[in-house]
Amino acid sequence: MKVEELKTTAAQVRRDIVRMVHGCQSGHPGGSLGCTDLVTALYFHEMKIDESKGADGFLNFSREAKGEDLFFLSNGHISPLFYSVLARRGYFDIKEMATFRKINSRLQGHPATHEHLPGIRIASGSLGQGLSVANGAAYAKKLRKEDRIVYVLMGDGEQQEGQIWEAAQFAPHYKLDNLVAIVDWNKQQIDGSTDKVMDNRDLKAKYEAFGWLTVDLLDGNDMQQVLDALAAAKALLGKGQPVVILMKTEMGAGVDFMMHTHKWHGTAPNDEQLAAALAQLPETLGDY
Amino acid sequence: MKKYTYTEKKDTRSGFGAGMAELGKSHPNVMALCADLVASLKLDAFIKENPDRFVQCGIAEANMIGVAAGLAIAGYVPYATTFANFGSGRVYDQIRQSVAYSGANVKIAVSHAGLTLGEDGATHQILEDLAMMRSMPEMTVINPCDYNQTKAATIALADHVGPAYLRFGRPVVPVFTDPNQEFVIGKAWMVNEGKDVTIVATGHLVWEAIQAGEILEQEGIDAEIINIHTIKPLDEEAILKSVEKTGCMVNAEEHQLNGGLGDAVCQLLSRKRPTPVEMVGVDNSFGESGTPAQLMEKYGLNAAAIVEKVKQVIARK
Ligand SMILES: Cc1ncc(C[n+]2csc(CCOP(=O)(O)OP(=O)(O)O)c2C)c(N)n1
Repeated sequence: MKVEELKTTAAQVRRDIVRMVHGCQSGHPGGSLGCTDLVTALYFHEMKIDESKGADGFLNFSREAKGEDLFFLSNGHISPLFYSVLARRGYFDIKEMATFRKINSRLQGHPATHEHLPGIRIASGSLGQGLSVANGAAYAKKLRKEDRIVYVLMGDGEQQEGQIWEAAQFAPHYKLDNLVAIVDWNKQQIDGSTDKVMDNRDLKAKYEAFGWLTVDLLDGNDMQQVLDALAAAKALLGKGQPVVILMKTEMGAGVDFMMHTHKWHGTAPNDEQLAAALAQLPETLGDY
Repeated sequence: MKKYTYTEKKDTRSGFGAGMAELGKSHPNVMALCADLVASLKLDAFIKENPDRFVQCGIAEANMIGVAAGLAIAGYVPYATTFANFGSGRVYDQIRQSVAYSGANVKIAVSHAGLTLGEDGATHQILEDLAMMRSMPEMTVINPCDYNQTKAATIALADHVGPAYLRFGRPVVPVFTDPNQEFVIGKAWMVNEGKDVTIVATGHLVWEAIQAGEILEQEGIDAEIINIHTIKPLDEEAILKSVEKTGCMVNAEEHQLNGGLGDAVCQLLSRKRPTPVEMVGVDNSFGESGTPAQLMEKYGLNAAAIVEKVKQVIARK
C-alpha cells in the first residue's frame, strides 16, 4: 500500500478505536492511538500474510503462521487498535467491533485466543510476556528454516518488567535475526511519565548492551518515517542479531486533547468528548 | 432473618485506601509500595500525607515483592500493592521464598480480584489466587466483603506480625457492615443465626448470601449465614458449631471451586464432621469481559445461585 492509502486507513482505525472505547465506556485509547501508524503499516504494507480467503469472504487464519510473517501484541491493553486493524484487514466483520469488551464477545478487553478471534495467536494483557513468546516463534521459524519475520510490539512502561530483560538476553544468544521488536517509547504510563514513575534511561544503550541492533524511529506517528524504519529494520535482519525499533510516539496521537498527557492511557471519552475526537478524525473507509 | 440495609455503595479498594490513610497517621512503620497503579489502589491520601513512606516500583512486581521483604527485615511494615493477578500468580515464587519462607512481615494488598473486575477480561480476572495463597505455608489470607470491613482488615493487619494476603475488588458494592467493627483476624462473623442450612460466604458474595437468606426466609427456610473473611487461618470452630446445628452447608466465593474457601471448608468437614455441601464459585473456567453484574450472573455467583444450591443441599440432608 502507498503512504497516502496507509494514512487513510490509519485515520479510520483511529476512529474505530475511539468509538470502540466509547461504546463500552472502558479501554485504553492513548496507547492505541499512538501505535496506530505502526500496526497499520505492518498489516497493510510490511508483513507477508496468507491472503487466501474462506467461503465466508474473510482471510484464512492459521495460528501456526507457516510461511507468514507474524505479529504479537505484548502491550495487550491497546487491543482496540489490534481489533480494528485485524477487522479492516479482513480477518473478521468490522461490525463485530461494536461488541468490544461486552459480554459474550470475541473482542475481549485484552486480546485472547480463548474465543477464537481470527488474527490473535496469544493472549496478552499481563505485561512483559510478549517478547518471550516472540522469541519462541522466531526460534521455531529458524528450526523450520522458514525465512519469515516475527514482529512484537511492547510499551515503554512495560520495559520495566524483569521478564523483558530475560527475553532480551535470549534473542541475541540464539541469534534470532528474524525478530523485530518495537518499543512504543511514548514516555507515558498509568501513574505519570515513565521518567517519573521508573526511569527507563537509555533504552537504546541497554538493548545494544544486550546484543541487539537498533533502529531509531523519531516520529512513529509519521507514516513515511514508520515505513522507513520498518525497511531499515528489515535490512538489518539476517546478520546474526535481533533488531529493535525504538519508536517515539505521542500517546493519544490524532486527538488533540488526548495528547501530551498520560490521562488518556485508560480512560473512555464521554459523548461530548467522542464528538470532539471524531471531528478530528475523518471517516475514510466507513464506520462499523 | 436479621435485617441488613445500606445507604451507599462503595468499592472495597476505597476501604483499603481509607485504612492506609489511617495507618499513615497511627503507624509510623507502615509503608506503601505500588507498581504503577496508584489510583486504582486508592493510595492517593496515604501518599499525600506520607510521601516518604511510599515507594513507586514501576511495572516490576517481582522486584516490588523483594523490596518489600527488604523493608520488612529493616522493621518496616510494607504493604505491597497491585492488581490481584500481578500480586499473586505473577510473583508466586518471590512471595514464597523472600516473604513467606523468610518470615518477612510483608502485607500483599491487592485489588481488582475476581470476575467483578469486569471489562478488562480474563487476563486480569484472577480466580485462583486464594488457592495459591492458601496453600502457601504461614500465609494469612483475608478477603473482606465491603468498604468498612476492608478498612478494618487493612488496619488490623498492621499489628499482625507475619506475611498476609489481603484481597479486595474494583466495583462499588453495598456498605452494610459496622463502620466501627472490631476486625479479628481468623474469627468468623455471624451474620445471621439460623437452623436449616449454613451459608458460608466471603468477599462480594456475602451481600449475595444475605439476599439469598431473605429469599429463603420467604420460602420458610431459616439460613445461618457466616462470613469467613479470613480464609486462612480458618475459623474451624465457628463452622463446626454451625453445621452441628444445621446439618448442611453451602459455600459462596468469587473464586474457582478448586482450592478456595469451599475447598478449605470441605477439607475441614470431611476430616471432622462429614456434612453435605454444595458450592457456589467458578467451575473450572476463565472469566471474560462484561459488566460485573452480567458476569456474576453468567458464572452463577449471585443470590439466585446460592438459593438454588441451598435447596439442593437441604434435599441431601
Ligand atoms: C504485569 C502487569 N502489571 C500491571 C499491569 C497494569 N497496567 C496496564 S497498562 C499499564 C501501563 C503500561 O505502560 P506502557 O507500557 O508505557 O503503555 P502505555 O501507557 O504507553 O500504553 C499497567 C501498569 C498489567 N497490565 N500487567
